[in-house]
Amino acid sequence: MAIIKFENVGIDFPIFNAQARSIKKNFINFATGGKVGQHDGKVVVSALNNLNFEIKDGERVGLIGHNGAGKTTLLRMFSKVYHPTSGSATIEGDIGSLISISLGINQEFTGRENIYIRGALLGLRKKEIDARIEEIIEFTDLGDFIDMPVRTYSSGMQMRLGFSVSTIFTPEILLMDEWLSVGDEGFKEKAETRLTNIINATKILILASHSNELLRKTCTRILWLEHGTVKMDGTPEEVLPLYFKSNIKKGDLLTNT
Amino acid sequence: MSNKQKSVGWDDFTSALRNFHVVKVMGGQDIKMRYKRSKMGPFWITISMAVMITTMGLVFGNLFKTNVKEFLPYLTLGLITWSFIQSSISEGCDALISSEGIIKQLPVPLHVHVMRVIWKNFIIFLHNIVIFPLVLIAVQKSVDWTVFLVIPGFILLILNLTWALMILSMICARFRDMTQIVLSIMQVIFYLTPVIWMPKLLSHSAAAALLTFNPLYHLIDLVRGPLLGEIPMMSSYIIAGVMAIVGLALSIVMTSKYKYRVPYWV
Repeated sequence: MAIIKFENVGIDFPIFNAQARSIKKNFINFATGGKVGQHDGKVVVSALNNLNFEIKDGERVGLIGHNGAGKTTLLRMFSKVYHPTSGSATIEGDIGSLISISLGINQEFTGRENIYIRGALLGLRKKEIDARIEEIIEFTDLGDFIDMPVRTYSSGMQMRLGFSVSTIFTPEILLMDEWLSVGDEGFKEKAETRLTNIINATKILILASHSNELLRKTCTRILWLEHGTVKMDGTPEEVLPLYFKSNIKKGDLLTNT
Repeated sequence: MSNKQKSVGWDDFTSALRNFHVVKVMGGQDIKMRYKRSKMGPFWITISMAVMITTMGLVFGNLFKTNVKEFLPYLTLGLITWSFIQSSISEGCDALISSEGIIKQLPVPLHVHVMRVIWKNFIIFLHNIVIFPLVLIAVQKSVDWTVFLVIPGFILLILNLTWALMILSMICARFRDMTQIVLSIMQVIFYLTPVIWMPKLLSHSAAAALLTFNPLYHLIDLVRGPLLGEIPMMSSYIIAGVMAIVGLALSIVMTSKYKYRVPYWV
């Protein structure tokens, strides 16, 4: 059973400039009582605050919000990379992320070696990959290229490799940033089928997107983030029209002025 | 509160050990990466080390007027062990910074990045140690049963490196000029540590006494001594053991405290 429970969650993070990054400068500040250097150059940004929600098995949650509203930060919190600085966040269930599918892919190595590297990062043991390597390779459609260094691949081929490894198992909580669309026509169809299967099999889906149509089609619940907090939480029918309407209004204003 | 904090760092450490296969894959990748397009493969490291040992052996053997039969094996082990420590530390400073991509995307334990550096340099160490038997043949010496004592010695060295690197990598991620400072300090320590010179050459008794306070002297001696047929001093074992325990405790407390801030630092 997978569950995500946020209670009064907030996250602040420091943004450093060159001053604050230097231990020498910090030491001088400390030694001189902070009067010689300029101010310490540390700015704290409150990226998310006061988040309260609970996501249970079976929910398909869409995240919407303008750029900078906190979608990426929230996704990173779900993937346990960021931890709340206030409140408590409980995330149970194993997490899979399709956010950066080419993470860990090394240009100098062959496709086959990269499957092992990427697999290890995803927490798979060598034996587990051994058992499924043929299946993965077949899915990539790379043929003989699989034993060539990845630097010889086209960008589409690299995406295919990343996609095939990243989607070999179904996590309980799946995180996505926009719909993944990889490869040429033939591959796209295959990838689409696999993605749909995973999405249907996963217990919780979190999908950040700007596409009205996609959110309406996939999600059962929408979280609308604005300025780091939840502006609205409800079904797609309730939230999406309001969100996209407010967007259109802003667009109108821009064209008018 | 403090109990809860402690467990974060401890969990990080133990889950890195449980996921050691990740460390091996990533460290192995670093090794292969360097020699991907070269025919000699990893043995380039060995060759360059051998050249360095031969030159230094000739120059310093002459300068110090020592017996080559004694000095050359000593220098070989000293340099190989030192280069293991030195490159672990210099790469360890950047361990978290250079894993930025992973740290910002996946909740991989922080110790994995540090152990990856140690693992990589351990493999390089194994490549280099091949020189030692060759040197032994050259000077017609053999090893004793004491050679087995190298195992506990090396384990103590690695434990101490682990905590030191964990702490350094976090400080270096937060303060970007720290790496440079550490590198300069290491350069100084190189001359203060008996690597290219032998402690018995110290003419002043105070200098010899000061040597006791150099932790690296003990750590190197725990690896070098047994291979030269000497049993390391008991005090070296005690110092290294105490350092490992206190250091690990410290690094675990520090990891607990700062682990969640590291993603903002890198």
